[in-house]
Amino acid sequence: MKEVVVVGAGPAGMAAADAAAKAGCRVLLIDSAARLGGQYHRQDSLLDKEKFTPHRNVERLTETTVTALEPVGPGHRLHLRTGPADGPQRTARYVDTAALVLATGAHDRALPFPGWDLPGVYTAGAAQALAKGQRVAVGKRVLLAGTGPFLLPVAASLLDVGARIAGVLEANGAVAGWLRTPSAVFAGRRKTAELAGYLRTLAAHRVPYRARSTVLAAHGRDRVEAVTTARLDHGWRVRRGTERRVEVDAVCAGFGFVPQLELAVSAGCVLADGFVAVNTAQATSVPGVFAAGELTGVGGADLAAAEGTVAGLAAACSLGAPVDVPRRALRRVRAGRVFAEGLGRAYPVRAGWRTWPDDETLVCRCEEVTCRELRESVERRDVLGVRSLKLVSRAGLGMCQGRICGRNVAELAGVPSDGFARRPLAAPIRLGELSDVESPWEGKA
Amino acid sequence: MRHPDVVVAGAGVVGAACAEALSRAGLRVLVLDRGAPASGTTAAGEGNVLVSDKEPGPELVLARASRRRWPELLAELREELGPAAAEAEWEPKGGLVVATTEETAAPLQGFAKAHRDVGIRAEPITLDEVASREPWLTRKLTAAIHYPEDAQLQPVLAATTLLAAVRARGGEVRPGVRAVGVRRGENGAVQAIRTDRGEFPCAAVVNACGPWAGAFAADCGAPIAVLPRRGLVLVTAPLPPGTVQHKVYDADYVGAVASGDAELQTSTVVESTRAGTVLIGSSRQRAGFDETIRFDVLRELARKAAALFPVLANVPVMRAYGGFRPYTPDHLPVIGEDPRLPGLWHATGHEGAGIGLAAATGQLLAELFTGRESTVDATPFRVGRPAVAEEVRA
Amino acid sequence: MNVEVDGHPVDARPGQTVAGLLLALGRTSWRSTRNGGKPRGVFCGIGVCFDCLVVVNGVPDVRACQRLLAEGDAVRTQHGAELPS
Repeated sequence: MKEVVVVGAGPAGMAAADAAAKAGCRVLLIDSAARLGGQYHRQDSLLDKEKFTPHRNVERLTETTVTALEPVGPGHRLHLRTGPADGPQRTARYVDTAALVLATGAHDRALPFPGWDLPGVYTAGAAQALAKGQRVAVGKRVLLAGTGPFLLPVAASLLDVGARIAGVLEANGAVAGWLRTPSAVFAGRRKTAELAGYLRTLAAHRVPYRARSTVLAAHGRDRVEAVTTARLDHGWRVRRGTERRVEVDAVCAGFGFVPQLELAVSAGCVLADGFVAVNTAQATSVPGVFAAGELTGVGGADLAAAEGTVAGLAAACSLGAPVDVPRRALRRVRAGRVFAEGLGRAYPVRAGWRTWPDDETLVCRCEEVTCRELRESVERRDVLGVRSLKLVSRAGLGMCQGRICGRNVAELAGVPSDGFARRPLAAPIRLGELSDVESPWEGKA
Repeated sequence: MRHPDVVVAGAGVVGAACAEALSRAGLRVLVLDRGAPASGTTAAGEGNVLVSDKEPGPELVLARASRRRWPELLAELREELGPAAAEAEWEPKGGLVVATTEETAAPLQGFAKAHRDVGIRAEPITLDEVASREPWLTRKLTAAIHYPEDAQLQPVLAATTLLAAVRARGGEVRPGVRAVGVRRGENGAVQAIRTDRGEFPCAAVVNACGPWAGAFAADCGAPIAVLPRRGLVLVTAPLPPGTVQHKVYDADYVGAVASGDAELQTSTVVESTRAGTVLIGSSRQRAGFDETIRFDVLRELARKAAALFPVLANVPVMRAYGGFRPYTPDHLPVIGEDPRLPGLWHATGHEGAGIGLAAATGQLLAELFTGRESTVDATPFRVGRPAVAEEVRA
Repeated sequence: MNVEVDGHPVDARPGQTVAGLLLALGRTSWRSTRNGGKPRGVFCGIGVCFDCLVVVNGVPDVRACQRLLAEGDAVRTQHGAELPS
């Protein structure tokens, strides 16, 4: 068990693997994609070349899904499937480790609005992944909407693959203004320079950038043909009379991020404000489990990489490897957190979004539960917890298991959203595949 | 609200059924739950309303009464509350019990005959009939019995419907209140229920705490032998309607329910829900309140389900969840007043059959409470029987 | 690489995902929902939302955005809930 296992090969996971490897540990680096990099460093999948060369102590396990995590004393067992996504012909393997680094990242939070289930509505992350990884533009004329500076690199990626951008709509205040605030300037010079660069790219392409605006509805029969945009007040309520119709063939929306918590929750890690709680060594509440990157809070790639370095060293140290205190990485983490906190204050999701969907808007895309149906379930039944709410309304019971709708459903229904993150199966597995898992309980009662 | 006549501790389906029946009898009812209603064992249940899995005896008598009562009760509540508020996805879909080996064929046929002798419809069917009823079921069967009386409902909808009726009749449901014991008067009888939110004066308390009923009874000073048994269920992706039409299970299920010895038992129970998912249960494991999802258990469920329905092998499983069932050493529920503590009533110990048995349990408890003639003989379920009350004392 | 999309032979490139190919072909949807029969395609693009499900080699419920194409793969539209063939 003298091996550090890192789940997720984005900025945090790669840094963790590298740090632990340099400290002399063997490292297993697991990612569901075929290439390293995660979302931020996503590689062009059509190029026949892996950009990153990990340290020689790192074994890469790509195209590999962690389907579940179980405790096995001392440490954890990860059940893995390697091969073509979603099977059924994947190779089973498990790995036991006493030093686990979770760097599973986050995905865009999507908010429901009328027409958000039409083809042609994407999350911002989808547009970015398809542009960078597959050289595909999700539309010819695209509107971006959401909140936070992470919309900017998405716009840049879309321009790279030849899309025209009809506008970037920021529901909070303008990013350019925020970049001049003290917390941004002092804490994240590299990040602010990067973001300022994106703003210049947008300006060069004459992309309209509007603060306190969003997309209110998408229109079309079988796909997006147009959208309605509107101005918002500071609480994200629509300013009536500001609605405009814009002809586009794609909309990309991103309203902050939702951490991918299932493995951390399965391990029993304590959460704080919806993210995994860690100490200065990136250690979670569970011995032998470390977390880094967006899983612990949203702060971008630099902070994620710095946290990954700390987590990788801490994991190595927990296995007895001699390590030096990573002063530089710790400093970058502290600065990055200041930046992240400023970001969180400036770009929250505000309660006014709850007025955007109408009665017939789907809140749960998988089970096709409308906002009206959700509201009626709550009114009629004693639903005060996630478990009963799901079973009464069916929201969150579909294939995505509440990953997309969980936060929204919880906020609309007024129940805590933590219950949605409990997914002992971290990813779907074919029944036949489940028939051959090896369990640490083998032969035990 | 004025002081309640009865406080029901536990807003699962059994507590809700007791509260509904008591409020129907005109009593003023307060239901407490330490968490959210219908969020414990009830939310983990598959919604079985079965006669087929119970051997002739008192539990089967209660099960038949409950099978009669459920559709009647839901129809009455539809009248009272309106169709939407009383929707519980009641499906009299029937059960299909199959034997897959030579060794289990004869016991299954014998079990079915014993059922017929007491008036249960347990109809042997041919493999051709099986194929027309369940086209995707394996043909490698040695016996098959059709139980038309088996039914299914959605437990959380059912429980919240019952609670809505309690409210509609002036009762109250208070979530987030943990019952920690009772206060007794000078005559030794219950005077109030004690909770983490203070005392609620009342003359009677119903312990419907499910797997936690043993602990609450002990807190009251009247311990009963009710212990948790872990169960795990797999949920597939939604499948086309008709993929699994009955509640289909392997004949080895019966042995598993009745056994108290083995630490872990799995048997295959496969059924679809109205939403299209297929539920695969069920395991029974004594592990206290340990919430770990054990993969050796999931594997056994998966293997057995794929053997019954080969088409399921390439279907995604999207969720696994666990729950705790309240079991008693003699596998019979505990329903009635505690002879050691006047005013303390119990309605628990239904193990994996609480959803199915809830309707008759509520009815029986209310009958005993109000001194009316009871629908079924309550003696086998009495609190003071040796397996429940005296074993604990010893 | 040679693959098939709804019965038609199509050229694909190594490293291409099913979603990458379908979008490059101009398709925006390749699944219909099981209740409303509504068209769906990519939404999250990173394997989280399960909206882009498609049938690959007779096996339904495959995420098009996650599945890398292999020589000879047969991809087809998924109509609601389907059973593996």
